[in-house]
Amino acid sequence: MRQEDINLLRITKYMSFFRMRFIAGLQYRAAALAGIVTQFVWGAMEILLFKAFYQVNAAAFPMTFEALSSYVWLQQAFLALFLTWFLENDIFQTITDGGIAYEMCRPADIYNMWFFRSMANRLSKTVLRCMPILLFAALLPKPYGIRLPNNLNAGIWFFITAFLGLLVVVAFCMLVYITTFYTLSPVGVRLLSVSLVEFFAGSVIPLPFLPKGIRQVIELLPFASMQNVPLRVYSGDIGGANIYTRAGLQLFWVVTLIWIGKKLMQTAQRRIVVQGG
Amino acid sequence: MIQVEHISKTYQVARRNAGFSEAFKALLHKQYERIKALDDISFTIGEGEMVGYIGPNGAGKSSTIKVLSGILTPEEGSCTINGRIPWKDRIAHVQEIGVVFGQRSQLWWDVPVIDSFELLRDIYRIPNQVYQNNLEELVSLLNLELLIKTPARQLSLGQRMRCEVAASLLHDPKILFLDEPTIGLDAVSKIAVREFILERNRKHRTTVILTTHDMQDIETLTKRIILIGKGKILMDGNLENIKKQFSTTKQLTVEYQGGKIIPCEGMNLLSESSQIAVFEVNLSSMTVSEAVTHISKQVEVIDIAVDSPSIDELVAKLYQKYQIQ
Repeated sequence: MRQEDINLLRITKYMSFFRMRFIAGLQYRAAALAGIVTQFVWGAMEILLFKAFYQVNAAAFPMTFEALSSYVWLQQAFLALFLTWFLENDIFQTITDGGIAYEMCRPADIYNMWFFRSMANRLSKTVLRCMPILLFAALLPKPYGIRLPNNLNAGIWFFITAFLGLLVVVAFCMLVYITTFYTLSPVGVRLLSVSLVEFFAGSVIPLPFLPKGIRQVIELLPFASMQNVPLRVYSGDIGGANIYTRAGLQLFWVVTLIWIGKKLMQTAQRRIVVQGG
Repeated sequence: MIQVEHISKTYQVARRNAGFSEAFKALLHKQYERIKALDDISFTIGEGEMVGYIGPNGAGKSSTIKVLSGILTPEEGSCTINGRIPWKDRIAHVQEIGVVFGQRSQLWWDVPVIDSFELLRDIYRIPNQVYQNNLEELVSLLNLELLIKTPARQLSLGQRMRCEVAASLLHDPKILFLDEPTIGLDAVSKIAVREFILERNRKHRTTVILTTHDMQDIETLTKRIILIGKGKILMDGNLENIKKQFSTTKQLTVEYQGGKIIPCEGMNLLSESSQIAVFEVNLSSMTVSEAVTHISKQVEVIDIAVDSPSIDELVAKLYQKYQIQ
């Protein structure tokens, strides 16, 4: 076994990034509050918008209005978990201003270190923010609020696929970070990931709303393995054996994206030039 | 302990002239120039040694440090530190070294310093007992009791630098690389950092390699200096010897009464104003006491001061000699 693999097994040292992130997150209370309010208002507006469409012809839509409400509220509550453009400025800065020098002085694999750091960042933000939104949404009257999943199975698979989705998101973001080694400016890649990926991931409109043909292709892309799967598993839109296929596809993308990322990182590290000083 | 042999490293730099048309030309055909940052560098440093690594800006000091700490991979040459090649065995290597880059920060911006320390404890897997002992020692020596409870963003530069130094020593490194550790610090903080490094070397026999532009750092901390310029090592030797070799003059400042001093062979009048004269004495042709005798024969001396050229002047001379300014 290579040294790096042994280090990967000793995951404990990366765990402390979670603690660090929670501490840092708690440091900024106003930001957390503002985030909660924004997400609540945004979710409410989205539901009202869809309500108008459903009033015209509810049968024309692939999801029930109730399932859609759950989808929207979960999406808002777990925004920090799945949003691809929610990238860490610290990491970009580290690459462009040469702070990478310190990162490379740590006895840790840089890919693993950043992977855990990003995960920690997303999880800590989510934990700090999701509860008030979920509680509020649960108190809303029937078709507008969030409801419990149809069965326990859907609930359990929601958590499993949500975790896999998070891994896909972070592995994808790692690719964005690593390209900065080559382009030296994160702006282009970030713009692309904001507009395109968000659409393909189903965060603008849920993927079932897209026309047939296009939808089948999009659902195979890694972006559909992000929030699309867990949110639809929760609402029962994806059920039965279909869950296993989707989770399998998620797993495939996790492995593939991490593999690509590690390869790219290895090459990048060799050609690294620390800027200035 | 540290063995560096024939290391070379080149950077590519895209250069062009100013102006829109030049920018457009460069868009179509970029011209790269290869700059040799390190050119056949070799040296050996033993355990417990403190070495000053000096040279003008852009000489290759930081590049050397980055090679030694496993960040950069050189194109040629070999380097073994504690039996390891830094860039091949990076993770095992960095476990045993501490690095301070004076121009960057390793502390997390928005949380108290102690939280950053604990993160480092986990990353380096420092046993709890060792961590507690080291922390206690560092806190008391560097006066950090209050500082470590403060978020890093609210520390002054000097306070932050003390914390940075502490952060790189938590894991008991055998080798400490300091890249301009006193840059921008005030006198008090500089002295605190220097004394601490000296103490650390004495107590733990930590090997220290220091790059700096502050010659006071060199004078108080190191016995040996390595001079680098344009990527090449120009000189490697004992600071005292170099001083002797290069300080061939002394400066005499004489306050006197009555008469006028006529300098003799080997003395040079630098300035003279209302009963105070400054001479440069060339030590190759006369000693200081001969000069003093010569002066006191002519006038009544009230006060006399003998100065050696400062180490800054010495380095300026060195740079001049090797034409690396």
